[in-house]
Amino acid sequence: MTTSVATVNESGVFGHLATEGLDATHGVVLYLEDISVSFDGFKALNKLTLSIDVGELRCVIGPNGAGKTTMMDVITGKTRPDQGSAFFGQSIDLARLSEAQIAHAGIGRKFQKPTIFEHHSVFENLELAMKADKRVRKTLFSVLSSSEKDSIAETMKKIRLDDSSDRIAGLLSHGQKQWLEIGMLLMQEPRLLLLDEPVAGMSEEETERTGELFLSLAGKHSLVVVEHDMAFIGKIARKVTVLHEGSVLAEGSMSKVQNDPKVIEVYLGR
Amino acid sequence: MKTLLFALLLCASASPAAPAFAIDKTAVEKLAFGDADERSASIAALLAEGDPHAAALLEAVSEGDMQSAGKRILIVKGGQGIDAVTGEAVAPLPEGREDVVANNRLRREIEGALAAFKLLSPERPTRLAAAKALAGGADAAMLPLVKKALEKETDSDIKLLLELTAASMEMHSGDKETRLAAIQRLGESNSPNSRTLLAQAAADADDDIRLAAQKSLREVQGKLAWGERAGLLFAGISLGSILLLTALGLAITYGLMGVINMAHGELIMIGAYATYVVQILFRKTNFFEWYLLLAVPVSFIVAAAVGMLLERVVIRWLYGRPLETLLATWGISLMLIQSVRTVFGAANVQVENPAFMSGGIHAFAGVVLPWSRLVIIAFAIAVLISMWLLLTKTRLGLFVRGVTQNRAMASCVGVPTGLVDMWAFGLGSGIAGLAGCALSQIGNVGPDLGQGYIVDSFMVVVFGGVGQLAGTVYAALTLGFANKFLEEVSGAVIAKIMVLVFIIIFIQRRPQGLFAVKGRAVEA
Amino acid sequence: MSVVFGRIYTMRDWFFVGLASLTVFVIVPILSLVVSQDSTFHVSQYWVTLIGKIMCYAIVAIAMDLVWGYTGILSLGHGLFFALGGYAMGMYLMRQIGREGQYQSDLPDFMVFLDWKELPWQWWYTDQFWWALLLVVLVPGLLALVFGFFAFRSRVKGVYFSIITQALTFAAMLLFFRNATGFGGNNGFTDFKSILGLPITTPETRMILFTLTGAALIGTLLLGRWIVTSKFGRVLTAIRDAETRVAFCGYNTVYYKLAIFVLSAMICGIAGALYVPQVGIINPSEMSPANSIEIAIWVAVGGRGTLSGAILGAGLVNYAKSFFTQAFPEYWLYALGLIFIFVTLFLPQGVMGLLRKNK
Repeated sequence: MTTSVATVNESGVFGHLATEGLDATHGVVLYLEDISVSFDGFKALNKLTLSIDVGELRCVIGPNGAGKTTMMDVITGKTRPDQGSAFFGQSIDLARLSEAQIAHAGIGRKFQKPTIFEHHSVFENLELAMKADKRVRKTLFSVLSSSEKDSIAETMKKIRLDDSSDRIAGLLSHGQKQWLEIGMLLMQEPRLLLLDEPVAGMSEEETERTGELFLSLAGKHSLVVVEHDMAFIGKIARKVTVLHEGSVLAEGSMSKVQNDPKVIEVYLGR
Repeated sequence: MKTLLFALLLCASASPAAPAFAIDKTAVEKLAFGDADERSASIAALLAEGDPHAAALLEAVSEGDMQSAGKRILIVKGGQGIDAVTGEAVAPLPEGREDVVANNRLRREIEGALAAFKLLSPERPTRLAAAKALAGGADAAMLPLVKKALEKETDSDIKLLLELTAASMEMHSGDKETRLAAIQRLGESNSPNSRTLLAQAAADADDDIRLAAQKSLREVQGKLAWGERAGLLFAGISLGSILLLTALGLAITYGLMGVINMAHGELIMIGAYATYVVQILFRKTNFFEWYLLLAVPVSFIVAAAVGMLLERVVIRWLYGRPLETLLATWGISLMLIQSVRTVFGAANVQVENPAFMSGGIHAFAGVVLPWSRLVIIAFAIAVLISMWLLLTKTRLGLFVRGVTQNRAMASCVGVPTGLVDMWAFGLGSGIAGLAGCALSQIGNVGPDLGQGYIVDSFMVVVFGGVGQLAGTVYAALTLGFANKFLEEVSGAVIAKIMVLVFIIIFIQRRPQGLFAVKGRAVEA
Repeated sequence: MSVVFGRIYTMRDWFFVGLASLTVFVIVPILSLVVSQDSTFHVSQYWVTLIGKIMCYAIVAIAMDLVWGYTGILSLGHGLFFALGGYAMGMYLMRQIGREGQYQSDLPDFMVFLDWKELPWQWWYTDQFWWALLLVVLVPGLLALVFGFFAFRSRVKGVYFSIITQALTFAAMLLFFRNATGFGGNNGFTDFKSILGLPITTPETRMILFTLTGAALIGTLLLGRWIVTSKFGRVLTAIRDAETRVAFCGYNTVYYKLAIFVLSAMICGIAGALYVPQVGIINPSEMSPANSIEIAIWVAVGGRGTLSGAILGAGLVNYAKSFFTQAFPEYWLYALGLIFIFVTLFLPQGVMGLLRKNK
């Protein structure tokens, strides 16, 4: 086993950090240990410990304020933990990387509100997201190769937008925007996908399609899905984690979690 | 003035029975015919008795109204003549008169002497002004006059000044005992003039005098240093209070509402012009002293009205588009400037202080705290407290805070968000108007007044932390002090540049400002 | 190569670029220098100077559009970059005066007036044209680099950025107003005599400056088009629309913003350097914060996010300005103020947006 600690200096090597550096030899892609974050005394995360396996599709649920979004913020580097450690694979210490570096290392995140580039076409959205050398000089002179065009076309097919290549993204329907965002994440070839309420506001059919998409992605990628829609969770979930007041309340299969008295108490209230 | 004095001379000559007045004849002759030194000496001699007629006579010499006819010395003005010594009218005027020419040196000496003469005036302000003028440096020949004035003087302030003046005159006398005594007394004083005098004496050839002067000099310097420090502190607080006034309105419109109002400076300017208009109206009445009582509410209301109009007509369409708001309000500021130019002219207008604002308190060690500055500091505190009460204790304040924190939710629970925006913007604008009212008391009022404050007030709000009232207060005071202290070191312009650069660097290190809010909401 | 041409402009647009080049390089020089002064087709010195000036402003407008219209950064420091370029060129022009000044000294007149005995360090080598040219781009570029690096790294954005760039401009103006700074205090530089040995006021020299400015404008336009049609340009627009998203896609937005900000500052410097010999004066009032805000309104009038719009806006506003300040000077501020308000309220896409809608 080779454990090369991935040190990335702050300013220098953008776009050079290869996902090949990810050492997931123990079968764990993400490992959070004892993470605490507080805002003005309010503990958003309280000694949270969580690990995600390679290729796993994990669903995270929890009432409002349970710390789901803050957990995502910590993983993507938007918020720094006050305590604890976050490792991507065996060797990449997320606390030492910037947001862009974390994205490069292979973690993609989808926000609650779909954020896509409204003034760009579908094709351009995917092009911008595509895994490539993202330093200034390279993008200034970049010309798309045919294999890159192929991979964009392939992703468009996956997210069912292959007939809207030149459409301005701002004109897409809400569900299509969500898919486009997922497509953009896929273009980065991430090892780990974080999905924050991916089916919120989608029609039933769109929700169904999204579920199918996720199931097809699991295995190749690891997915963490945060969702309120229990029916949707029930359809796709293999392992579910319940967060409450910043730490893990229960973990296991859907049926196990649903019958856990602690979970019932939290959800039904005192 | 000169006509008045001549009238005094004539008036005295009107009663022919007694000799109108008697002036030292030899002194007058020396003044008219003597050589340069004799003429100078005669000035002091003439004034030593404190006779107003002597003063009138000297005035006539300096105006070139003195003539001689043989041995006789006349004052001739407009064809009428009187005898300079007796004050009797002389008619007809004798032939062959010659002008008694007063050269510049003589005129200057007469001027100084006449100033000293005012020490004997019955009016306290006149005496005080004269004493101050003399303290700035006087001819040693005036010593007898000063001593005479000292005997009569009852006011302690003036007496102190005169004693110092006398001491500094005695410093130049030849008598060692007198000089030592003078040095001793100067050591007890705290004026920069004494420092200069003592510094000269500290290099004297005589050992006793040198040692005494050095000791006194140390005392004076110690006191002056404290005075300068205190003065600097006061200047810092004073500038801080002005920055606070100009920034408080912005703390509401920008800090709370998030509106980038580039016309903020022009609202200040409007407040200043409102004060100007009120002041003009009061000039014709007997209540001029009290015009500020009306000017304060008027400047608030006028600026608030303009602000509310702007909010309704322009700004409310641009909520959530800060960069567009910046440009549109800049356009408004240009139009306001031009409107004021059209109505009041492009030149600065004069706003006169009420009398109670002039002068100041002599704190200690030569530090004078001007009343105008003190009043503005008190005013800034009053505005701050009222604004705080308004925002925390009233329904409007509650609504404003509610709307700025969560517009949609406030709207849901029935808060009329549109109206609250208008009132809040009006409040911020009105406070800008109050700042203008205050500024009109200490500086020029012109159409460009606001342009000078817009960068500063934004810097205060940003430095303090947007949306933080306490931050604004700290920032205003910090920047006030920083500016004044740096001014001491490097001059005004460099100080200002250094403060700006400091804020720019500070904001880059700490974009949230002095007072930061941590949490999820900040990024959004 | 032809791919790049096609990417920058369509055939129709290239035709317009060709037409503009023809006008600047051939038609105007002929109409001004060859056609007799009595002819109705003669272009007078007044117009050559006015159009030359407006072309300088148009270059600045393109630079502003790149950072504001495309990247969403409203810089209020562009007037400063413009003036810095102007000062760099002005230093060379002052040195060119040589002993022909009022005091017949090797030093510029204002230094003799201040009783200075030798050139301060800022002026070293400024008699060399190449060094002046280098200063024209390096000084604004370096300032933008240092300032931008710290600002963007600390995530200073939006209105915050505008306000602190305005403070920077204000501070620079105060600095240049001081005599001790060494740039002529509030009088600045004027009374230029020659440039590269050519007398500066002759119609021929002015025409050379005019065509150079035209070339710079067309060059800036094409460079700008090349940038905004590249992937780099698409990243810039993406930063404008959703910066956090761009960062999550793995781009370090700091360097993108920095690159376009520095480039934009350098372009402003070049425009300033072309401006000064044509108008014959540069002083600190060019740095006043008002000027920088005016640049933004040129872009807004023409239409943000279109480079030809920026040129159009600079032309419209500045032509209106020269018209008003001659005919009704007291109404110009009203007109300008109204333009600011009207455009932000009713014409968010500017004149170009209006033209496009009516098509």
